[in-house]
Amino acid sequence: MLELINVSFKVLDDEGNEKEILKNINLKIEDRFIAITGPNGGGKSTLAKVIAGIYPVTDGKILFDGVDITNKSITDRAKMGISFAFQQPVRFKGLTVRDLITLAAGKEISVSDACTYLSEVGLCARDYIDREINASLSGGELKRIEIAMIMARGTKLSVFDEPEAGIDLWSFNNLIRVFQKMYEKTNGSIIIISHQEKILDIADKIVVVANGKVKSYGKKDDILSELLHRENSGFGCVKL
Amino acid sequence: MNTIEKDLLEKVAGLHEIPEGAYNIRANGELGGRSTTANIDIVSKTDKPGIDIIIKPNTKNESVHIPVIISQSGLDDLVYNDFYIGENADVTIIAGCGIHNTGDKKSSHDGIHSFHVANGAKIKYVERHYGHGDGLGENVMNPTTVIEIDDGGYMEMETTQIKGIDSTVRVTTAKLGNEAKLVIRESLMTHGKQYAKTDFTVELNGENSSANVISRSVAKDNSYQVFYSNIKGNNKCAGHTECDAIIMDNAKVSAIPEITANHIDASLIHEAAIGKIAGEQLMKLMTLGLTEEEAEEQIVNGFLK
Repeated sequence: MLELINVSFKVLDDEGNEKEILKNINLKIEDRFIAITGPNGGGKSTLAKVIAGIYPVTDGKILFDGVDITNKSITDRAKMGISFAFQQPVRFKGLTVRDLITLAAGKEISVSDACTYLSEVGLCARDYIDREINASLSGGELKRIEIAMIMARGTKLSVFDEPEAGIDLWSFNNLIRVFQKMYEKTNGSIIIISHQEKILDIADKIVVVANGKVKSYGKKDDILSELLHRENSGFGCVKL
Repeated sequence: MNTIEKDLLEKVAGLHEIPEGAYNIRANGELGGRSTTANIDIVSKTDKPGIDIIIKPNTKNESVHIPVIISQSGLDDLVYNDFYIGENADVTIIAGCGIHNTGDKKSSHDGIHSFHVANGAKIKYVERHYGHGDGLGENVMNPTTVIEIDDGGYMEMETTQIKGIDSTVRVTTAKLGNEAKLVIRESLMTHGKQYAKTDFTVELNGENSSANVISRSVAKDNSYQVFYSNIKGNNKCAGHTECDAIIMDNAKVSAIPEITANHIDASLIHEAAIGKIAGEQLMKLMTLGLTEEEAEEQIVNGFLK
């Protein structure tokens, strides 16, 4: 479904030196639920942004359903069926929750449909549908609205960048259910960047990204036990 | 009324047909139609152009439409409209001016609107300004609004100028009595080489009076906007002024908010922000499948809504 071939991403740091954030990544994703984990600063979010087209690759190729999307814009990739939930959702003065869910759906949707998506992420639709996406919403509320937008899109591939960050414990358990439901009820594929064992545990496969490289990639049980073993034995100080 | 005039009427007053209730339509400097009700009287001034709108005390849930439309190039229209809102009345007044100028001469409309809001009266005033036409002639509008709110009165003013006005100087002054309240919301968009100046002065003279002045604007192309506001707290009062502008292309925006406290219990706040559309806002909407241009349009429309 998604294939990254020799993908590199370089930036210039403040002193003008080249820094390689992603180093020759090769990754073939065919399963429907993939979790990407690894230490902070290891390149996970960059990888997600490269898939969504927010960052252009410096080298390499990305194939989506066999089509080369390396030079496709964010818009083109979105139209082809890639959704991306930001780690830090963006605020908009004036645009309401209803506006964004309608834009996400790509067509006029009924209030009850919009409400369904909001209810799924634990927000009472009546209280939120006409709220502006501005500073009056908390970080946790914005994260849930961000997920509701991805549900409204219902695309072939949904990429979530740390959806659990900023979400309280009660919502977190519901969040797990949201992803499980999305997995069971839709035909779409899910890529989630996460540090949470509970989220990793519901994936088919796990990719560990560290230092800009794919460190390991395999079945959930194998990778999880490897990570937990390493953490328990005190080696490497790997944070999930 | 021809198609152009009907279109202008729809743009500035949201009217498709002749409205119900009280109205006064001014077309090309002349009276285009008038209707009064048992509670609302409209009288032409005898000493200068313009009308007096007199709303009887305790009039509830009635509205007055007073649109002005200009489809004649080269017309300089000046009117003085006085609104007398009787005690404890609760009404909506919808004004607005539309210019359609296909000629190469300047068309202008300067409206001087004075509001006398009596004790306990409540009024919502909606004003829209709009211009179009492909001629070289400029569309100029200089609305002046003078507001006096007596004890316990309330006025809400929504003023919108979205398109087609080449030059505008918008002056609003207000004086508030005890427990009086004023809310002003301005939405403004300029494009091309347009110039727009907004100037609000609010004097909070009464005890527990309050004012909230909010302006949102978008400056595109080579346009230039100046926002000036001064809230003076002359008693125990609360005042807030906020100017928020999106700047695009080669536009220029100046925001000069001023607050003056002349009383120990005056509580005044001003906020002003100018900035371009954040890149991440565009990106977010693009991940929903919008092009950059579509994303920009959504952000601007939402901001001015």
